Parts: sequence; C-alpha cells; structure tokens
Amino acid sequence: MSKLVRMDQTGHTTLAEWAADDPASVEAAVQAFREQLDQGYFAMISTGEGHAEQVKELPVDAPLVILRLPISGG
Amino acid sequence: MAAEPTILPEAATVYWRPRADGERLDRRGRLWTLTTVAHIVPFVLTAALLCALSWAALPVALACLAHAYVIPALYAQRGANVVRPRPKRTTAAAEQTALGLLGDLVGHDARELHAQTGLVMERGKLGTWLVGEAGALLVRGRKVWCYCVQVKHPDLPGADRIAHLLLALRSDEQGFATVANLAFAGSPRRVRARMRDSMRPALDRAAKTQR
Repeated sequence: MSKLVRMDQTGHTTLAEWAADDPASVEAAVQAFREQLDQGYFAMISTGEGHAEQVKELPVDAPLVILRLPISGG
Repeated sequence: MAAEPTILPEAATVYWRPRADGERLDRRGRLWTLTTVAHIVPFVLTAALLCALSWAALPVALACLAHAYVIPALYAQRGANVVRPRPKRTTAAAEQTALGLLGDLVGHDARELHAQTGLVMERGKLGTWLVGEAGALLVRGRKVWCYCVQVKHPDLPGADRIAHLLLALRSDEQGFATVANLAFAGSPRRVRARMRDSMRPALDRAAKTQR
C-alpha cells in the first residue's frame, strides 16, 4: 500500500492509502492530494538517498508521498 | 511518475536574490571575513593610538579592544544560534511520531547523530549540511555558513521541522541556500565554541567530511 502523509502538529497524519490496482483508493488519494495542494502544501517524494522531488500530481506508484509546508528564511 | 526536476518554489519569494552556487557562497564567505577584519582593525588601531598618545587613555583603549572582541563574537553567536533547539510546544507522542518519519528519511548514521546532537547531517554538492529545527549549517572547505531557515508553523514537532527542511534541501540545494537567510559565515571553530556541548560532535563530523 502507498501512503499520503502530511507533517503536522501530531507528528504526521496519514491522509490516504492506496494500491495502484485499486482505482477507488487511487481516486480517493488523488482527491486528498489535490485538497492539500490547494491548502498550500507541497508534495514530496524520495528519489534515492539524499534526493527528493516535488510532485504536482499524485505519483500512483510511489510508496510514500509526504506533504510539507513552505519554508522561509528566519 | 509525475516527478519533475525541482526548483524550490519558495525561491520565488526571494526573487531579488541571485541563485546560490559555490562561487557565490565563497564570495560571500570572503566578504564576511573582510567585514570581520573591518570591525576589528579600526578598534585595535584606535586602542594602539590611544596608548601611544597617553597611558591615561588606557581605559578607553581597553574599551576599544573589548569592542574588537565582542562584535565578531556576537556575529559568531548569531551563527551558532541558528541551530539552537526551539522550545517544545507539542506532546511527547507527536515528537515520537515525527521522529519515526524523520528516521525513515535518513540513514542509520544520520539517525544516530540526530539522537546524539539534534542535528541531521546531509551531504550535498555545496558542502556538508547540518540541519536543525530552525536553521542549518553548511560546512564547506574550511568555513561554515550559518543559515536561518524554518517552516512557519509554531506547533510542529522538532523532528518534523527538520524533515521539512531536509526535504526542501534534498529537492533543490541551491534553492534552499538562496531562500535561507545567512546569519554568519566564518571559521567553524568560532561557531563550535558557541554551540551547545551536545551539538559540537555534529560540527566536528561535518568538518571532517570536508578535509
């Protein structure tokens, strides 16, 4: 199962879980994904050791998609 | 997969800054050194001149020397402060959950170093980074660049704050160095002396990777 998690005040919250061969779960995950992007989150996936990429569409075959907030200089 | 080469979107919020690269960092590092010298030299010369004119001016000369010491020291303290942990505003359970996610993002060594020092070490193309809850240190060659950078959400657990910064750093290192505010650049020794004891091994280890 793939997971969509959002980093928040609870540590993190799993917003959706899906299997690539289960269209209903994918659709629910896509919906949750878009809602979070609309709220200003950025979606990130790990692409190997020390590398991450931002995604704007839910990568259905990614095992873990993490939602983060914008950063700024302090 | 819908992944695309990432330019950190936050970089658009600092559009006036040139994108950081190795050459620019080195130039800024040299500028910091020059600025430090420019702070020290006039005070030291003034102190020497005052003593040469009259020993009665010794107290003022000592005050000048104190300024020559204190001003660069304050800058170095500012640098060390970027990795000072922030007060916890979340529950222990949230911290543990966040630690679990952070642990999934980093390797065994980085996890261990974080448990010991509160900093996550990450090797990049610009140098070796130490990422804290509200800032990051970049060790590059014989210098350290201290950056203030954070996620503006007061209730996030510390490990989540680090994970935010780590993911941004991994997606676009140059963009990360562009967005972050430089608080200090100079000798790691000066920053180390002002860091918490528990954090110093992280800086030592990062410096070792640059030798």
